[in-house]
Amino acid sequence: MTPLASIRDLRIGAVTDAGREVEIIRGVSLDVAPGEVVALIGESGSGKTTIALSLMGYTRPGCRIESGAVLLDGTDVVGLSPRARAAIRGRTVAYVPQSAAAAFNPSKRLMDQVIEVARIHRLMPPEAARRKAVDLFRALALPDPDTIGDRYPHQVSGGQLQRLSAAMALIGDPRLIIFDEPTTALDVTTQIEVLRAFKSVIRGGAMAGVYVSHDLAVVAQIADRIVVLKDGEVQEEGTSDQIINAPAHPYTRELIAAFEPRSGAVTPGSDVEPAPVLEVRDLTAGYGGIGADGLPRVPVLRDVALRLLPGRNLGVIGESGSGKSTLARCIAGLLPPARGTISLAGRTLAPGTHGRSKDDLRRVQIVFQLADTALNPNRPVGRIVGRPVTFYHGLHGAELEARVDALLDMVRLPRAMKYRLPGELSGGQKQRVNLARALAAEPELILCDEVTSALDTVVAAAVLDLLRELQRELGLSYLFISHDLSTVEAICDDVMVMYQGETVERMAAARMRVGAEHPYSRLLISSVPRLDTGWLDGLEQDAELVAQFARR
Amino acid sequence: MNLLIARMILQRMGIVLLTLLIVSFAVFAVTELLPGDVVEILLGQSATPEAVAGLRAAMHLDEPAVIRFVKWLGGLATGDLGISYVNKLGVAELIEGRLFNTLKLGGVTALFAVPLALGLGIMAAMFQGSVFDRVVSAATVTVISVPEFMVATAAVLIFAVYLKWLPALSLAGDVGSIGELLRNFAMPVITLTFVISAQMIRMTRASVIDTLNTPYCEMALLKGASRVRLVLVHALPNALGAIANAVALSLSYLLGGVIIVETIFNYPGVAKLMVDAVATRDLPLIQSCAMIFCFGFLMLIMIADIVAILANPRLRG
Amino acid sequence: MVRIGLGMRISALGLASAVVIAFWGLVAILAPLIVPYDPGKIVDYDYFGPMTEDFLLGTDYLGRDMLSRILMGARYTVGISLAAVSLACFLGVTLGMVAAVIGGLLDQVLSRVIDAFNSIPSKLFGLVVVAAVGSSLPVLVLTLTAIYTPGSYRFARALAVNINAMDFVTVARARGEGLIYLIREEILPNIVGPVLADFGLRFVFIVLLLSGLSFLGLGVQPPYADWGALVQENIGGLPFGAPAVIFPSVAIASLTIAVNMLIDNLPRRIRDRSAP
Repeated sequence: MTPLASIRDLRIGAVTDAGREVEIIRGVSLDVAPGEVVALIGESGSGKTTIALSLMGYTRPGCRIESGAVLLDGTDVVGLSPRARAAIRGRTVAYVPQSAAAAFNPSKRLMDQVIEVARIHRLMPPEAARRKAVDLFRALALPDPDTIGDRYPHQVSGGQLQRLSAAMALIGDPRLIIFDEPTTALDVTTQIEVLRAFKSVIRGGAMAGVYVSHDLAVVAQIADRIVVLKDGEVQEEGTSDQIINAPAHPYTRELIAAFEPRSGAVTPGSDVEPAPVLEVRDLTAGYGGIGADGLPRVPVLRDVALRLLPGRNLGVIGESGSGKSTLARCIAGLLPPARGTISLAGRTLAPGTHGRSKDDLRRVQIVFQLADTALNPNRPVGRIVGRPVTFYHGLHGAELEARVDALLDMVRLPRAMKYRLPGELSGGQKQRVNLARALAAEPELILCDEVTSALDTVVAAAVLDLLRELQRELGLSYLFISHDLSTVEAICDDVMVMYQGETVERMAAARMRVGAEHPYSRLLISSVPRLDTGWLDGLEQDAELVAQFARR
Repeated sequence: MNLLIARMILQRMGIVLLTLLIVSFAVFAVTELLPGDVVEILLGQSATPEAVAGLRAAMHLDEPAVIRFVKWLGGLATGDLGISYVNKLGVAELIEGRLFNTLKLGGVTALFAVPLALGLGIMAAMFQGSVFDRVVSAATVTVISVPEFMVATAAVLIFAVYLKWLPALSLAGDVGSIGELLRNFAMPVITLTFVISAQMIRMTRASVIDTLNTPYCEMALLKGASRVRLVLVHALPNALGAIANAVALSLSYLLGGVIIVETIFNYPGVAKLMVDAVATRDLPLIQSCAMIFCFGFLMLIMIADIVAILANPRLRG
Repeated sequence: MVRIGLGMRISALGLASAVVIAFWGLVAILAPLIVPYDPGKIVDYDYFGPMTEDFLLGTDYLGRDMLSRILMGARYTVGISLAAVSLACFLGVTLGMVAAVIGGLLDQVLSRVIDAFNSIPSKLFGLVVVAAVGSSLPVLVLTLTAIYTPGSYRFARALAVNINAMDFVTVARARGEGLIYLIREEILPNIVGPVLADFGLRFVFIVLLLSGLSFLGLGVQPPYADWGALVQENIGGLPFGAPAVIFPSVAIASLTIAVNMLIDNLPRRIRDRSAP
């Protein structure tokens, strides 16, 4: 069968901020047959989105197709005039963006944007386009299909916008749809419904798809074939079953291995319970000042309590808006709570950083999700890591240097890295520097706020390994905040599930998948995609439960 | 939702009133409390102490500054602007006709400059990087880099000295025909149009380009929208707030420009009146003129704010 | 493109602009040593004299040498503007960072007062002050500083608020760091690029306003004269296009356009240094 789309030896160059030219796609070739869904999988910087966009004859500003061909239905879109290129966009090939929230024009009604393709290409009269859009809304299981189009983008939820963007792509009956990480920005319970909707329209319309993602488990549910990319080159290509069950390339094996469950509990629970290192009681906090009833005007946390024993780890899981990050900010003293106490090794801490002694501050350190924004871009690594050493322990000169070296050793970074600026480091290296800075204080408790979420799978697995080793060596305790259950499973002893600012359930991490009792915990845990091509089709969720908890 | 808009607009108006109060206090403080006794200026060095004391009492200058401030403010609000020190005429009378002249000059300039600048700014953004864009950018950066009086002198050199199309001076009032009116008006209007358009073009271009770089404009491009559709349908409605701000800010440059232009072309407007008043240290006149300018400036800013609020789709029903 | 070290390049236009700025800077410093004639002395019987070998830029309305007067004028224009812009940016940036880091009531009050101040048109403010206290060099510098501090404050505050929201500042706060450290080590290094660009733009505005005030006769007072005052003195030569009125204007334009061009052509690494 002749392929619908075919990329031949594609090379794309980009100009960096410093003005240097680099090749970001290095000789990629791939085919998409009619009716087939091909997934492009890879880490950030692997070039997956760039390749997908080239199918529309489009490159982002600063990028340029240097050589190669992108054949769409036999026509090379690289050489087309701007007008001819515009003619295929939306009609032959359509695009579903990563963040639908940003991809909808905030000042226009949804319906006008959904049927815009029909208007631009004069495919059908507006009335017919509107009727077709409503049919699509219905097929995509959107609520109020008849009227949802009259709303503005800010009036519908993220999951709905993502499905609306699929309708926007489908309106022109394209032969190929490009999905650019369409569920990455969504919570897991929302992701399921969106994935199901995508899958049904692709099957129903017999159209081809290119699905870009970094998440192998998501891709396994929807793709016929998977192309594994790294640094702008194809590593391996094969059917989904083959890639997942019998990966050939070492890199693919690494990707798969990162999914395997790891031993969670670091320390066996002893019969005699030691005094907790951290204890939180009746914590109520929020923003906007304290109202007349003694509660914050915008409450985020309500009566949260937790206990963390020394040398053990507590995972806090929940979706966006559950208040888990606010909890970490309260414990660190960044957000003084409206009510409740936080005690460290039996001593109650002052609510804000100003009231806490230097030693209290030293004992609790916080590590953030985005290593990029957590490191001062204009200070060399050595100075970043050295500051807590000077601040808490008063070391200077040679002693300070020696301590910084030791800290870099601890997080497995070469010592020479202390002269580098954060911008010159990779994501994983930055997160290690971040950890080293926390360790420099010699804390007892580290608050890890989604520390692996922004990292690529393989890198995240290595950071988790490091965290576990450090814990063994230094006897630390972690409060581990994450929306990613497998991460929490891999490192925590106990788990606390949060929903809309309240604790829903506490349990041992090892029992999470089987022993969850609260309906929300069960829904959340069952919604995490498994590395199994049949998972989504076999998944059954209680519709009532879904309606109650998932904000779609 | 509309209640929210109304509340936000009322809030803006409240802020404007508050600002006006602070500004009036500043104007009063600078002119009243700083050294230089008005009575001595009026009567000269040789005046007897009795005469000085008498005049002070007559002008209520012996009262505490706070009382005088409140009285002055009350006068401003009721249209009683006081008496000019120099020619003993009511300040309101002096300003009345002049204000009309200045508004006429500003209005005619805005009528030309705003459409011209918006058009050029939007076109430059639409054809970003083209020769047209580069010429416009170079021209605007040059104009904003030079003082207003240079634009004015250049206009005189070109149109009056070399081409001899227009007279160098302008005298509103005694105009016989429309042609004469145009000729008198042309030079100040041309100068001011240059001065305020440059800023407006730059800001309009920048805000449209900012909007063009958003994901939703990329999305529209990927739906097959043309460059023109992209700018007119997707970018412009969202850049409206920013553009309104650019227009208001540029029109406020008009206030600065008008001071120079009225002086250089000897145009009988409020700004010229004020510059003359500064030369004679006629404080009541200076205060009133200053308040008129500040009021105009604040009105422009407030209108821009309100347009931005109305243009925000998130606040619409 | 020309390499300027540290892996940064600057366009030829940017380099040319830098040369022009450096030239005027040097002239301002060395003016008394390089003027061909005493700038205050009448050296020619002809007023509004043409460009000749003796008087390269002609003579002014009294018959004084224009070249000497322009070279000396650079001292006033560049000196006053530089002093005012330095003061304004120092005050504005410091206050802006403090407001952003401390936040809360202090930030609100400071911002509200400064906004009110900002709504007085700059020329107007200059006029009123000069009317009240007369014009002298310290008054001019302080007035210009007062006019341009609010803008600098707003600019620096907006940048600092963005940096302040970043996690590395949060980490430093959680560590227990004080205000001075946060400002000096965490905020300032990350806004210094745009702040420098703003410094340049503000310098241009000050040169323009100073020239405008002098042109109205309210700036630098005789017997001294900055470039704006030189234009004003010799405006009578305008109808016959005398060099005495054209060259001071050219001097102003060359300086301000050069600064603007330099900023537009600065390497991205400097301009966007706030970007992570």
